[in-house]
Amino acid sequence: MSALAVDGVWKFYGDYPALRDIRFTVEPGQCTALLGRNGAGKTTLIRILAGLSRPTRGVVRLFGTDGVERRTRAQVGIIGHGIGIYDELSAYENLKLFAELYALPGAARVAGEWLERTGLDRVKDGLVREFSRGMRQRLAVARAFLHQPRLLLLDEPFTALDDRAIALLQGLLRGALAEGRTVLMSTHQLREALELATHVVLINRGRMAHAGVRTPEMLADPGYLYRVHGEA
Amino acid sequence: MTFLRQMLTVAAKDLRSEIRTKEAINASLSFALVILLLFSFAFDPTSETTREMSGGLLWLAFAFAGVLILNRSFARELPNDCLDMLNASPVPAAALFLGKALANYALLLAIEAICLPVFGVFYNVTWTTHPGQLALVLLLATWGMTVVGTVFSALTVNLRLREIMLPMLMYPVLIPCLMAAMRLSTILIDGQPITGDDVAWLRLLIGFDIIFTSLAVILIDTVLIG
Repeated sequence: MSALAVDGVWKFYGDYPALRDIRFTVEPGQCTALLGRNGAGKTTLIRILAGLSRPTRGVVRLFGTDGVERRTRAQVGIIGHGIGIYDELSAYENLKLFAELYALPGAARVAGEWLERTGLDRVKDGLVREFSRGMRQRLAVARAFLHQPRLLLLDEPFTALDDRAIALLQGLLRGALAEGRTVLMSTHQLREALELATHVVLINRGRMAHAGVRTPEMLADPGYLYRVHGEA
Repeated sequence: MTFLRQMLTVAAKDLRSEIRTKEAINASLSFALVILLLFSFAFDPTSETTREMSGGLLWLAFAFAGVLILNRSFARELPNDCLDMLNASPVPAAALFLGKALANYALLLAIEAICLPVFGVFYNVTWTTHPGQLALVLLLATWGMTVVGTVFSALTVNLRLREIMLPMLMYPVLIPCLMAAMRLSTILIDGQPITGDDVAWLRLLIGFDIIFTSLAVILIDTVLIG
């Protein structure tokens, strides 16, 4: 059973087709880099996969079930464009809140553990609005990982991260992949993404331009993929 | 059990956020008090006519002030895309909605509890003659207002003119609820109990609450995800 199956997905905004007949699968344990220029449709696709938007046509299945089902969402961790944490709550309150929403046993303990893992335990009672950008990003990473999701959907996860947050996220992603979890990440930071990726999906103006294994050529020259498949 | 816990978690989060920022409650309370004060200047507090329309004045103040609380309900989720994270979580849309509605309900009741004695003083009326029945009317009508307002708050959250759109959508739907609340409150403030034909207004409030709560729970997933 595929971790993720995208079958003939179209998305229209009015008359404009943001996605046109996207089809690919991601097997469990794969790390897939979802690549494409600005406006290619990466964020639209990730929002559909996360259940935040419905496709106009086509089907998305996560672990063989309807991706829109809320039960399925318990197995998905998301980092989107926004950090998805509350400024007026403390770091601890934020993580405990999400642990409770995901119905994790021992929500307080889980929150404490992730604060420690992300180096935020010393400021756990500080309000997020008083945090630096880097601290907020680390908290967002903890929020996405704390329920041990089987599938991670990451939309531009490295954008605007400081060095510490990038190292933290890369470490967590390597750990997640080593445990057999599945990762799909959209990014413009080709080098960081291709280092982790086992597979690549390239979208060009809403159409799928390429889907396949990440090759050594892509790693050696990140522009290779765009030159060969991306400018059609 | 999980549903109930998730619902209460959302409610507690909203209340905690509001108590910390006091954005909506300060605006709503000040607005309600100002309306009551201005109305008291406009009408002679000693006249019988004022007594007859006291329920209407009271509920107009509650409805106008309430919209400020309800507007913030989903708008609070917009910074940092928090609404996306709630929608992407396994929390059922109904639990999310009912949690938010519970928090709004508590805030609206708090505003009403503060405004009621002020209203008694400004308009020279005794509202404590039938406290149980008045509490019942407040609880039922406020729940109706909360449910409708919370749904429309979700519907308008991504609109630029949501502060205007929410009352425009909400008040017409609330007409039966407000009519019943105004009528019953006027009777109770006049010192009469709710008996005979007036019980029909109470039934209307109960029916309104049941119908709109059911509709909201059924439709909220579509409202939130589209």
